Amino acid sequence: MRIGAARQTYAADEALFETTVQRAWFAGLLAALVAFPFMADAYWLYLACLVAINVASATGLNILTGYTGLVSLGQAAFMGIGAYTVAVLEIRFGTPFLLNLVAAGLLAAAGGILVGIPSLRVKGLYLAIATIAASFILHFVFANWTSVTNGVTGLSMPPARLFGVALDTSFRMYWLIVPVTVLMVMGAANLFRTRIGRAFIAIRDRDISAEVLGIPLLRYKLMSFALSSFYAGVAGGLWAYFFRVVTPESFPLVMSIFYLAAIIVGGMGTILGPILGAAFMTMVPEVLKLGVGWLSPWVPDAVALLSPVRTIVFGALIVGFLVFEPQGLAEIWRRVRRFFHLWPFKT
Amino acid sequence: MSDLLFLVEVSLAGLGAGGLYALTGVAFVVIYKATRVVNLAIGELLMFGAYLFFGFSVGLALPTWQAILLALVGGGILGAVIERSVIRPMLGESAISVFMVTIGLGSILVGLVEVIWSPDPRRLPEFMPNAPIFIGDAYLSPKVGYGFLVAAAVIAAFLLVFRFWRGGVALRATATDQAAAYSVGINVPAVFSLAWVVGCVAATGAGILVGAIGGISSTMGVFGLSVLVVVIVGGLDSILGALLGGLLIGLLEALAGSYLGGEYKLLVTFGLLVAILMVRPYGLFGTTEIERL
Repeated sequence: MRIGAARQTYAADEALFETTVQRAWFAGLLAALVAFPFMADAYWLYLACLVAINVASATGLNILTGYTGLVSLGQAAFMGIGAYTVAVLEIRFGTPFLLNLVAAGLLAAAGGILVGIPSLRVKGLYLAIATIAASFILHFVFANWTSVTNGVTGLSMPPARLFGVALDTSFRMYWLIVPVTVLMVMGAANLFRTRIGRAFIAIRDRDISAEVLGIPLLRYKLMSFALSSFYAGVAGGLWAYFFRVVTPESFPLVMSIFYLAAIIVGGMGTILGPILGAAFMTMVPEVLKLGVGWLSPWVPDAVALLSPVRTIVFGALIVGFLVFEPQGLAEIWRRVRRFFHLWPFKT
Repeated sequence: MSDLLFLVEVSLAGLGAGGLYALTGVAFVVIYKATRVVNLAIGELLMFGAYLFFGFSVGLALPTWQAILLALVGGGILGAVIERSVIRPMLGESAISVFMVTIGLGSILVGLVEVIWSPDPRRLPEFMPNAPIFIGDAYLSPKVGYGFLVAAAVIAAFLLVFRFWRGGVALRATATDQAAAYSVGINVPAVFSLAWVVGCVAATGAGILVGAIGGISSTMGVFGLSVLVVVIVGGLDSILGALLGGLLIGLLEALAGSYLGGEYKLLVTFGLLVAILMVRPYGLFGTTEIERL
């Protein structure tokens, strides 16, 4: 809650941006996103695309886990559905990529609804484990439905084409991935100003109370699953266009854990959280790689240590944030903002 | 006739593996019953225990029985450290957070093992008799057979301890009703530590047995996924469920593996998991939670 921003109408209370300053900052951010590809080199562009894809998927998971309170460990599998949909459509029919992405989202959403059906009866951890089951079953389908998915070899696909230009470099993909991600994040932000989003939050806080208030639980839980997997499907589609090879091993359970970790580190139940979390969790391995590069003159087998150290840091980040900063990076950001806002007074 | 014999052999092997699932399942259930923590790191704890044994017996060249003892003690200490440093501060947090913490722990353990012992698969020294076992005409691999016997003995010992030892009774009392346990003077936080120590010792023992049968590697934690299915099918808070679930899943995996092919193993077990969740959301023997506003 900001001080000095008294709101007198409901419209002002629900507004996406509280003040003109915020709106200016947001415009600045958009401008920076537009300017970024002209200043960065290929490596940074590659990272930016990866971060954007992860942000899109983490935002979807945040709708389900952060706002509706249903834990899912199937996000990567839903991305798999999206990626395979895009790959198959692109290879067999060559349909335009926007259509493919929407189809990927819709198919993943259908999968999400199917997986969400047990949420009628099971809750919490049991549901989380049911989603693990779903992700293994989907992996089995990807690996064994050879006529469509080409089995364990996977599918290699041509790049997306826009007005005859092949989107085959990070620079070109950036103009597809980042706008789509921005749109999806804005969509999520707006979702929680509507009846549906508010219903999700009510279900998270206490599902029985929500039902008493007249929110049909099953319908809204399934809707949350569908939305979240739609995001995952589109993100998976972008992933497929970005890497252009889709195999069953591309979407392991660890990736689902990664997204869950990203929203925890970023801060569950905030719009900012998945953005910060996904960016942070994507960058940490790169920073470690840099560190290993610096250390290699002194430590003999630094390169061999990279992968285990990455695993340790990944786990330590999850544990550390949950124990010391359960609200995540978003809360740290809020604290910093509050400090500058109230300065020179103490917060 | 040989088809039937094959079926019997496969079933025996499956039941043998099921004994190990049951032992690990018991480790899981002890922790869950006392502290309500769903411990997704159980597979990694098991792996860490196996590596501890490997470190003591091969690294330090200790005799097998000493190495086993030290590994069990080490596993117990690890459990106590984890409980005090990470799980205790999470008391009262949402179940989701606690369960994510155990995922993080699992990741840390995998990394540690890879740093200390490198990620290459290793073989544990042979310490079980390797004369083949025949039950009737059916052949059973000696490692699986003796593994099953040891697991069964350990489980029986656990059950006796829970039944008669003071600490075991305190543990069951805490599991039944925390507030009541406090009011009769049970040191509940100590019971939490105890549960983790016992659970981790059991997981270490299971890890040594599993490693003796199939060798050890840093990806051994996958075993934990099958255990997860076992305890969900049996019911998270039921020892009996873990035992029967373990045998059932072991049998199913063996049958699916040899009649349908290895890739069907996980499909069949997770298919069963989904089916059970749809029909009996709290597992076969789990307590149904009643929610009140």
